[in-house]
Amino acid sequence: MMEKPLNNRAWLLVAPVFLIVAFSAILPIMTVVNYSVQDTFGNNQFFWNGLGWFQELLDPSTELGGRFFDALWRNLMFSAIILAIEVPLGILVALSMPRDGWKVAATLVLMALPLLIPWNVVGTIWQVFARADIGLAGWALNALGIPYNYTGDVISAWVTIVVMDVWHWTSLVALLCYAGLKSIPDAYYQAARIDGASRWAIFTTIQLPKMKRVLLIAVLLRFMDSFMIYTEPFVLTGGGPGNATTFLSIDLVKLALGQFDLGKAAAMSLVYNLIVLAVCWVFYTVMTHAGTERPVREIAS
Amino acid sequence: MASITLDHLAHAYRPNPQGPQDYALKEINHVWRQGGAYALLGPSGCGKTTLLNIISGLVIPTNGRILFDGRDVTHLPTEARNIAQVFQFPVVYDTMTVRQNLAFPLKNRGVPREDIDRRVEEIAGRLDMSAVLDRKAQNLTADAKQKISLGRGLVRSDVAAILFDEPLTVIDPHLKWQLRSSLKELHRSLDLTMIYVTHDQTEALTFADTVVVMHDGAVVQTGTPEELFVRPAHTFVGHFIGSPGMNVLPASVEGRTAHVGGAGGVAIQLARGYSALPAGARIELGVRPEFAQLAPAGAGVPVVVKRIDDLGRTRIARIEIAGHPASALVPEGVHLNGDQAGLMLDPQQIHIYADGALVAGQGGA
Repeated sequence: MMEKPLNNRAWLLVAPVFLIVAFSAILPIMTVVNYSVQDTFGNNQFFWNGLGWFQELLDPSTELGGRFFDALWRNLMFSAIILAIEVPLGILVALSMPRDGWKVAATLVLMALPLLIPWNVVGTIWQVFARADIGLAGWALNALGIPYNYTGDVISAWVTIVVMDVWHWTSLVALLCYAGLKSIPDAYYQAARIDGASRWAIFTTIQLPKMKRVLLIAVLLRFMDSFMIYTEPFVLTGGGPGNATTFLSIDLVKLALGQFDLGKAAAMSLVYNLIVLAVCWVFYTVMTHAGTERPVREIAS
Repeated sequence: MASITLDHLAHAYRPNPQGPQDYALKEINHVWRQGGAYALLGPSGCGKTTLLNIISGLVIPTNGRILFDGRDVTHLPTEARNIAQVFQFPVVYDTMTVRQNLAFPLKNRGVPREDIDRRVEEIAGRLDMSAVLDRKAQNLTADAKQKISLGRGLVRSDVAAILFDEPLTVIDPHLKWQLRSSLKELHRSLDLTMIYVTHDQTEALTFADTVVVMHDGAVVQTGTPEELFVRPAHTFVGHFIGSPGMNVLPASVEGRTAHVGGAGGVAIQLARGYSALPAGARIELGVRPEFAQLAPAGAGVPVVVKRIDDLGRTRIARIEIAGHPASALVPEGVHLNGDQAGLMLDPQQIHIYADGALVAGQGGA
């Protein structure tokens, strides 16, 4: 019954996209795959190493595996903290943003400001701001008797990076949530008032479910960005003190460009990439299926 | 239960209203009887939704009071009033099942669990929804969702009035009849006051015992569907109700004769006398097409036939009376030659309006 005309020349329309994707994604990734199964001592000489780098990488008892898993746990911990703070805080900010009048424009501009600052500038701002000797925040904390020094103290370094990321990215979550909230028709709130719903009930039964889609986007974006974070901690702490804030991307750059271990770095970046994909898939699946009805299985009789 | 009294009620959305043009809702005095089925009928933007929101407490009126059984509720919040409202677009709580949706208003009011269960089962039975009680509300059709929002009002035993804000807008046409008749049935069995806002005259006339017609923020007539049809109190009501609407022709009246079209126009005999017409007012003659029948030329008032629409059951002629467009019925078996015809009018059904408002005639026949 297929009456649609078949014309293979239609593929020509796909060709430009295919070319762009090939040069921007497929070729670079295949280059990395190529590196990951070889070893090199420079001079463009490569030696076959099979899955050797991957075995070493995934074995925590080796030097490579050890630093990889350290950085991985550090990074997962960081992403978890970021999500746990920024998502609820973003929702809270979105809920308290004004709904109409000139205040909306003012708030939106104010909220967008941190998002417009280049990442290395964010790092520099906080590096200066948090310095114990001349930075306002660092100096004030020490003056209050709280020992604070992000260059020497692990806790201080972590707190600074987390606060910096919250300052930088909570706006994004808030703006997304605000868009979700604005799309809820007034009738829902009116019906809830007639039904005698409390503020909390309105939040859990109307606002949260209606924000589900934008929250999914917010969680995915914030997870990916925080899991791949590089510029800000690199500028702020350079991965220190010690290796305390050496996240995966920082470690990867050290490995690839610092030590020029192309094989190890290629294997690491592939695994890194797969982890990001896998975690995003889990988030996506869980959040799109949360609250939906299980399909009723029809049993054939 | 409750009768709802609107006492000198008026509302303006802008602060400091000066004249009547600033009011979205002009002064209204009205009593909604306990147990009545009312329709609030009017075109979009006539203030009917504003009035509904004032009754439900979503809008606080600028002037006047609302009384429920004599108790002033003007400034009471929505949840403290004994009303429920069904909105234009179905409102259901997406994450909940139908049962949880129906239980929600009771749960919020701290009703004991066993009472909630009993009440939900009972209302679900009345609404024919027992089979889907444990389905997610989100996955149901628009008419089922609309029944859920109605059900959330019905479960509350304290509800005295249910307000409907154009509830059938998003429902498929073939389900509209069904839903409307189940509404009527519920109304008969539950002794609830129902106020139904719509711009659809068929919905209003089939649903309500009393129809309140609104125009430009003011109530122009309150009456049974028959009264609205036979004795429109305002030319607007004549236009708005009926399909096609009432013919309204500019006229001058002397005693029991109306003249349409000035000198050289036509004279129409009236059943009543109009001696006290206000001077300087715009005088119009109104007659419904149903009471104006075409006849071959020579009988009745001479008219020019422009077009005849066959509606299946009836034929409606578009005509001109002394240059003014009008509509009239073409009775079975009447054959017209050329564009000249005569118009037979029922004098009892001719009304005279001054500046749009009905003028009562003296005497009768």
